Amino acid sequence: MEIKGEIYRVAGPVAMVTGINPRMYDVVKVGHEGLMGEVIKIEGKKSTVQVYEDTSGIKPGEPVINAGMPLSVELGPGLLESIYDGIQRPLQVLQEKMGDFIERGVTASGLNHEKLWDFKPTVSVGDKVKGGSVIGTVQETMNIEHKIMVPPNVSGTVSEIKGGEFTVDDTICLLSDGTELSMMQKWPVRVPRPSAKKLMPNKPLITGQRILDGLFPVAKGGTAAIPGPFGSGKTVTQQQLAKWSDTDIVVYIGCGERGNEMADVLNEFPELEDPKTGRPLMERTVLIANTSNMPVAAREASVYTGITIAEYYRDMGYDVSLMADSTSRWAEAMREISSRLEEMPGEEGYPAYLSARLSEFYERSGCVKSLSGDEGSITVIGAVSPPGGDFSEPVTQNTLRIVKVFWALDAKLSQRRHFPSINWLTSYSLYSKSLSDWFGKNVATDWVDLRDNSMELLQKEAELQEIVQLVGSDALPEDQQLTLEIARMIREYFLQQNAFHPVDTYCAFDKQYKLLKAISKFSDMATAALESGVPMTDIITLESKDELAKVKFEEDFETALNTVLKKMDNEFARIGGK
Amino acid sequence: MTKEYKTIVEISGPLIFLEKTEPVGYGELVHINLPDGTTKRGQVLDTSADIVVVQVFEGTGGLNDESGVVFTGETIKLSVSKDMLGRILSGSGDPLDGGPRIVPEKMADIIGAAMNPYSRMPPEDFIQTGISTIDGTNTLVRGQKLPIFSGSGLPHNEIALQIARQAKVVGSEEEFAVVFAAMGITNEEAQYFMEDFEKTGALERAVVFLNLADDPAVERIITPRMALTAAEYLAYEHDMHVLVILTDITNYCEALRQMGAAREEVPGRRGYPGYMYTDLASLYERAGVIKGNKGTVTQFSILTMPGDDITHPIPDLSGYITEGQIVVSRELHRKGIYPPINVLPSLSRLMNSGIGEGKTRDDHKAVSDQLYAGYAEGLDLRGLVAIVGKEALSERDQKILEFADLFEDRFVRQGRDEDRSIEDTLKVAWDILSELPEAQLSRIDNKFIDKYHPAHQGK
Repeated sequence: MEIKGEIYRVAGPVAMVTGINPRMYDVVKVGHEGLMGEVIKIEGKKSTVQVYEDTSGIKPGEPVINAGMPLSVELGPGLLESIYDGIQRPLQVLQEKMGDFIERGVTASGLNHEKLWDFKPTVSVGDKVKGGSVIGTVQETMNIEHKIMVPPNVSGTVSEIKGGEFTVDDTICLLSDGTELSMMQKWPVRVPRPSAKKLMPNKPLITGQRILDGLFPVAKGGTAAIPGPFGSGKTVTQQQLAKWSDTDIVVYIGCGERGNEMADVLNEFPELEDPKTGRPLMERTVLIANTSNMPVAAREASVYTGITIAEYYRDMGYDVSLMADSTSRWAEAMREISSRLEEMPGEEGYPAYLSARLSEFYERSGCVKSLSGDEGSITVIGAVSPPGGDFSEPVTQNTLRIVKVFWALDAKLSQRRHFPSINWLTSYSLYSKSLSDWFGKNVATDWVDLRDNSMELLQKEAELQEIVQLVGSDALPEDQQLTLEIARMIREYFLQQNAFHPVDTYCAFDKQYKLLKAISKFSDMATAALESGVPMTDIITLESKDELAKVKFEEDFETALNTVLKKMDNEFARIGGK
Repeated sequence: MTKEYKTIVEISGPLIFLEKTEPVGYGELVHINLPDGTTKRGQVLDTSADIVVVQVFEGTGGLNDESGVVFTGETIKLSVSKDMLGRILSGSGDPLDGGPRIVPEKMADIIGAAMNPYSRMPPEDFIQTGISTIDGTNTLVRGQKLPIFSGSGLPHNEIALQIARQAKVVGSEEEFAVVFAAMGITNEEAQYFMEDFEKTGALERAVVFLNLADDPAVERIITPRMALTAAEYLAYEHDMHVLVILTDITNYCEALRQMGAAREEVPGRRGYPGYMYTDLASLYERAGVIKGNKGTVTQFSILTMPGDDITHPIPDLSGYITEGQIVVSRELHRKGIYPPINVLPSLSRLMNSGIGEGKTRDDHKAVSDQLYAGYAEGLDLRGLVAIVGKEALSERDQKILEFADLFEDRFVRQGRDEDRSIEDTLKVAWDILSELPEAQLSRIDNKFIDKYHPAHQGK
C-alpha cells in the first residue's frame, strides 16, 4: 500500500512532493526523519503537504512515503485521562521519548497497546450485529463504562466472542464473514461519525455558574460561543465549565494557547475532584494541548481530533461537553496554511472557506440517537478571541451565525473585577424558551418569571444609568433609586461569582433559585416600605441587605440564608415596611 | 559542503534567488561572499529543485550576481557558554565589546523546540519588583511573560531598568542573570541601558545583544531568538534564574512585516503577516519553568503601542500570548506620576498563583481586588464630576472620588530608586483603603479587616 515519492519544494510548514499518487487528506511521512504530514492540495503530478512538525533542514529530493490513510485517531479504552497533542500523540509518552522539549520525527500511538483491559462481552454467538452495536464493555475508569462498539461500516453475525483480559489490538470478536473486531477502531478525524437521528436538545447543561445557568442557559447538545478580548476571563470561564458541567465526559482542547496556562490545566485537572462522584475529574476527561508555539498544522488538526473523540463517547450514549480554547487560533492556523498555499484570501486574509469549516465543526455537536439506539449528546463551547475585542471580525461573526448561545465577555467588567465578566445586556441564549418547561418542572414553577424579572430590572438599570451619567443618582426619584439598588444587588450578589472561592465556585440550581428569590423578596418588601413612606436611606442601610451579599460564600448556605431572611423580616417590621 | 554557487538570478530587497543548486535544506544558514571580500549571512526561506530563496541578515547592499553563495548544511546556531555573562554581542551574536569570540560550550539551535506542556511547571514563585503597581496589583511570577505596553515618549525604559535592578525572589539566594536584547532601538537608548547596567554592576550578570536602529532590519528577526537561546542555556543547563528583557517588540514586528512584503506574501491586518501570532508565540512561549529543573526563564518585553492604540495588531496579538500586560499611561505621565502605570487595563494572569499566604500575604488578593474596584469607580465618578460638579455627588461617592486621587498619589507614585517590599506595598494599600468607610470594603473578608485595617490595629 505504501507509495514512495520525493520532496520537490519546502517552504515553512508546507512541502510540495511528487510521485506519491495521493488522495486528498492522505497522511504521509516526509523526509528521512519521517515527519508527519497531510496532503491538502493536488495539482497534476505535484501535491502539497502540510507538515505537522518543524521542517528546518529538510531538503528537496528527500523521500516521502504515502501510507494511503487519512489522518485518523485511535478510539478505544484508554482515551480517558490522556493528554494529547493536536494529532493524538500522548504528551507523556513524548516526554519519555525525547525530554522536555518536543523534537520532531517521533511517533507515538494514541492508545496504550500493551495495557490489558478486562473485556466483558454482551453478545453471544449467532447474534446479529451492525454498525454501532455494543458487543461488550470495559470498565475504563471507576465511573465510566466503555462500550465496545462495532465500527459504523461493519455488520454481520457473531461467530466467535471472547471475554477476559485483552489488549486493544487483540481480536475479541469474529463475524461469520471473517471480519475480526478488536476493542480499538480507527476513524478519520475530518469525517463526522454517523448517528441514527438528530434530536432536539431539551435539557439544560448545568454548569453551576449563576449567570450561565440562570440567565443564559445552553442545552445539552447545543452550541455556545464565548468571545472576549484578552484578559476578560475567557479561559477561566472555559475551565470552570470543564470542571463543573454535569456531563459524563469532558474533552478540553487547548488550541494555540499559552503553555503556562496549559500547564496549569494539566496540573490542576488531575487533582480536581468530580463534584458528583468524588473521584478525580481527570477520570472522565480527555485533554488536548497544542500550545501556540507547537506546529501550526497540528493546531489546525487538534479541533478535529477532539471532536472525533467526543463523537465516539457520544455514540456510547454519554453526554459529552467539548471546550475549544480558542477557535480563533484554529482559524488563524487555517489562514496561515491557506496563505502558504497562495490561495485567494477572503476577509482579513482568512480563507474563503472559513465560514464553511466553522459551521461543519459546530454541526458535529448535537443531541443524537446513536446507531445503537442510545441517546447521547455533544455540547460544543468555543472560545473566540476577537482581535482588539472587536466583535465584527470574521471569526466572531461567522461563529455567531451558527451558535445558539452567546456569552459576551466584557473587558470593562473584568477591569472592575466583576467576574465572570459576562455582559448581561449583550449576551443571549436561544434556548431560554425551549428549556422553560424543564426549569418549571425541575427548579421551581416561578423560576422563569423570577429570571425574566431580573433581566428586566438589569435592562432598566442600564437605561437609568444613562440618566445618572447626566444628572447624578440623587436627582432620581426614590423608586428609581431603589431599582438601581436592586439591580446592583442582582449584579453583585447573584451574577458575580468567585471561581477561586471553594464554596462559591459552584452554585447548584437550588441555591441559585433561593438566592434570586431572596433578592426578589427584598425588592418586594423595599418597594412596599417605600410606598408606605419609609425613607430610602433607611432601606438601603439595612444590615440584612449587606449580609445577603455574603451568604453565597457560606458553607452552610441554607442556615445562613434563613438567618438573613429572618433578619430581613424583623428589620422591615422595625422600619415599618409591612 | 563548501561548494560556492554563483547562480544568483534575482536580488530583491533582503532576498536573493538562486538556481541550479544541489538540494538545500529549509532554514539552512548561508554565507554570501561579496566581490569585495566581505561575508554576509543569510537563511534559506524557500527551497525547491529549481530555485532557492535566501534572506540576507546584513542586508543585500553591495551584493551582485558575482557574489558567491555557500550553503553550510546547518541551521543557525549560537555558541553558548557561561562566559557570555558580562559580554556585549551584536544582534547576530558577534562580540561588540572588543573581547574574544565566545568559546562555545555548546552550539544551540536558535529556533528553540517547543516545550512539552506536560513538562512545564505552572509558575508560582513571587518576584518582588519593588514597584507597588506591579507587586500589589499585577504580580509577576517566575517563568511568566509579562510585557510593558507603552507609547513613544513614556518612561518604559526607566521602569524596565528599575525592575531589572530590583527584581528578586524574597528569601532566596539563587543565581540570577539578565539577558537583554535590543531590537532596532536608537543608539542613545542603548547607551542609556548600558550605562545603567555598568553603574549598578548589573552587567556582570548580564548578556547583551544589540541590534540598533541603523542595523539591518532582517537581523532583528534573529536577535530575540539568539537572546532566548542564551537565556534557555543559562537557565536549563546552569540552573540560573534568567530575566529576559526584549525591547522593542514593535520594531521586531515591523521587521517581520518588511520581510513579508519582500517575499510578496498575502498581508493580514494592517499589512502584518498572517502568521504574526504564531511567530510572536515562538518568542514569548520560550518562557517558563520545567519540572525538576532549577532554572527559569522570565520575560519582560517592552512594546510601544503605535498611536497608544491597544487594539493595534502588535499589542493585540501580544496580549493574547503573554500572561498579562503592564500598561503605561500617558495621562498619568502628564500628571507627573512615576511610574505612570495604569492598573485598570493592566493584568497579570498568573498573579493568583503567586500570591497569598506563604507567598506574599493572606489578604493580598482581597486588597488588590478592592483597590481595583475602588479606583475603577473613582474614575467613573471623575467623568461624572466633570459634568455635574462635585457638589452633586453623594457623600459616599465623594469619598470614592478622593480615594482615586489617593490611589494615584500614594500607591502608584513612588521614587525611581524606591524599592518597596511587599509588606510596604500592602501597608500603603491599607492606609489609603482606610480612608473609605468600612462598609465600602465589600471585597475584603471581615477577618482581614480585623487583622490589617489600621483602625483595628492595637485592639
